[in-house]
Amino acid sequence: MYRYDHYDQTIVDQRVAQFRDQVARRLSGEIGEDEFKPLRLQNGLYMQLHAYMLRVAIPYGLLSSTQLRKLAEIARKYDRGYGHFSTRQNIQYNWPRLQDVPEILAELASVEMHAIQTSGNCIRNTTSDQLAGVARDELVDPRVYCEIIRQWSTLHPEFAFLPRKFKIAVTGSPNDRAAVRVHDIGVRVIPNPEDPSEHGFEVLVGGGLGRTPRLAEVCRAYLPRAHLLSYLEAILRVYNRHGRRDNKFKARIKILVGALGIEAFREQVDAEWALIRDGVMQLTEAEFERVAAHFTPPAYRELEPRDTYVAALKLGTDRALGRWVASNVLPHKIPGYSIVMISLKPKGRPPGDATSEQMELVAALADQFGFGEIVVAHEQNLVLPDIESERLPELHARLTELELAEPNIGKVTDIIACPGLDYCNLANARSIPIATRLGEHLDDLDYVHDLGDITLNISGCINACGHHHVGNIGILGIDKQGEEFYQLMLGGSASDDASLGKILGPAFPTAEIIDAIDTVLRTYIDNREAPDERFLDYVRRAGFSPFKERLYGKA
Amino acid sequence: MAKLDPVLGPGSRRIIRLADSAAGTTPEIVIDHWQLLRDDDPLPSLDALPVLVSLARLARERELLAARPGAFGAWVPGDADPEAIAEAIAGLPLVAIEVPKFTDGRHYSLARLLRERYGFAGELRAFGDVLPDQLFYMRRCGYTAFELKLGKSLETGLRTLAAFSVAYQAGADQGPLYRRRA
Repeated sequence: MYRYDHYDQTIVDQRVAQFRDQVARRLSGEIGEDEFKPLRLQNGLYMQLHAYMLRVAIPYGLLSSTQLRKLAEIARKYDRGYGHFSTRQNIQYNWPRLQDVPEILAELASVEMHAIQTSGNCIRNTTSDQLAGVARDELVDPRVYCEIIRQWSTLHPEFAFLPRKFKIAVTGSPNDRAAVRVHDIGVRVIPNPEDPSEHGFEVLVGGGLGRTPRLAEVCRAYLPRAHLLSYLEAILRVYNRHGRRDNKFKARIKILVGALGIEAFREQVDAEWALIRDGVMQLTEAEFERVAAHFTPPAYRELEPRDTYVAALKLGTDRALGRWVASNVLPHKIPGYSIVMISLKPKGRPPGDATSEQMELVAALADQFGFGEIVVAHEQNLVLPDIESERLPELHARLTELELAEPNIGKVTDIIACPGLDYCNLANARSIPIATRLGEHLDDLDYVHDLGDITLNISGCINACGHHHVGNIGILGIDKQGEEFYQLMLGGSASDDASLGKILGPAFPTAEIIDAIDTVLRTYIDNREAPDERFLDYVRRAGFSPFKERLYGKA
Repeated sequence: MAKLDPVLGPGSRRIIRLADSAAGTTPEIVIDHWQLLRDDDPLPSLDALPVLVSLARLARERELLAARPGAFGAWVPGDADPEAIAEAIAGLPLVAIEVPKFTDGRHYSLARLLRERYGFAGELRAFGDVLPDQLFYMRRCGYTAFELKLGKSLETGLRTLAAFSVAYQAGADQGPLYRRRA
């Protein structure tokens, strides 16, 4: 993974000193809250219902065990002993005190971490595929380009006061695990169609969820890699100059792309790009090599393939192990290795949370079983990317010690939920209790596995931080005359077959929503063509009538 | 350093200006006399005072202004179109960009393009809702002078201008780090 040189370290150290100075001036009254707000947001300090929330950047989700141990220590020392992994591969602390934050940032800087631009109207954390570098279906490892984009976007002087937040995601696989089609800019790293030995990018623009969900469109079909940053700069400049600033809910780039149409938008970008593409922003081979040197494969042992062994584990007499291997273990591109997903969605707990003890155990396991690296998935789970398949049973036993072996990755109880009304002053309804109640209700693991792969997303308001539009099942909490109600949507997908879900019918009160979800699942089980017809495929094939009949008694 | 009052009297104030030095440019606090005139403000009676006028007024009254001993320059709104104004401002000693609200970041692109694309070589000054904590980015976008919002500390501005000694990406001040990394 990328290791800081003195330039990188100087930037984060000076950032800490800058924020220390800003906090001191805030506490002395020299600056007021209006002036302080963008300064603290651009250091990840976001105001929630009860307290500040600190969002720490985890660039493209990649962590060393040292870094994860430091995150655990920060949770213990400055917070309530746990952290929350977000849908953009960051970690959030819900209870830090303002006066402690400069010290927290200093401790993060000591392990090459920061909270720069994780909030505010600026370019946010660049996210990626949590299986980058190890997935069998990957065409090009995107992480080199993620790091290059991270550096370009960090403290970019021209784009710190955009009309609104800006999110970039990068994938190197045809199976998009980074949800690039619902980002402001989505980048697919691809071989040059005319010369596969070269790499470049398909650049998508204008995707997003929130109040006006929209899928991104192709802005450039193939961009040679040397032009990556100048092209992104052209897009950002067009957005900074022409994005709407009159209405906060109409200020994202997707609105501008929608208003102009993709052709006109692309023309503006190309006109700007033509003036900068041949200048100093061109990336050099030396820089590609410098960054790529940080992402060379670890010292994999030469092992025999173990796919048969792994398949046998799934059917073995140890049912807990078998289910866990079936759902949480993925094939690795190196023979004899597996990718292990750690579920942070145990029954009855808020999704995506991890205690300091759990984080420390995962760090230790990364060192003892892998090469000291952990990845945060945008589904709010963790990944141990390089595990020898022979050691899977041993690893499973260790994870079980601290409730980190819930066998539900990709299943209906692998819920993505926003913080909701329990934490967030934008919310209309609570989301976490729905997630925990659903997990408790669906406690038959064989049933959960029989249901197969289903994504379920819960948002507590129309800002859609739980990404409910792209869940196979999406739930939106609303306020109806002071009561919490939940709208049920079906048919969304965040993958390369991206689609936005649609509402089924009238919303359900809190007392009825769990049963409603249950009914949706039973409708699918009863009517699917075969056990391996995925939930999403059944919904797309059968439409909504079978569900509406069961839920509302009519088609 | 004793706290310096930015406002000295009618028509003069203290601002931060980047002065050429051996180190490149060094920010310093200076006393400034440029008079910012809105379209219906009369010219100052002291005709040696330098004045800033809108581009519309500049076009109308250029001969009159050129006849005065005092220099003249232009002020432009922060959302001005660089393409539309580049020719009109060429050769002026000073262009002042008005920042309406510090959260409106269009002026950063404006400054950068005027400086880098259209080769404006005079002083580029920010005025309006200009706060100390934005000066570092403004400098990197090509601004060379800062008139801070009333009540804001110039000493703090000098300090915030020095926040970082390293920058990753290209700006009006230098190219990207990846072309300089050693």
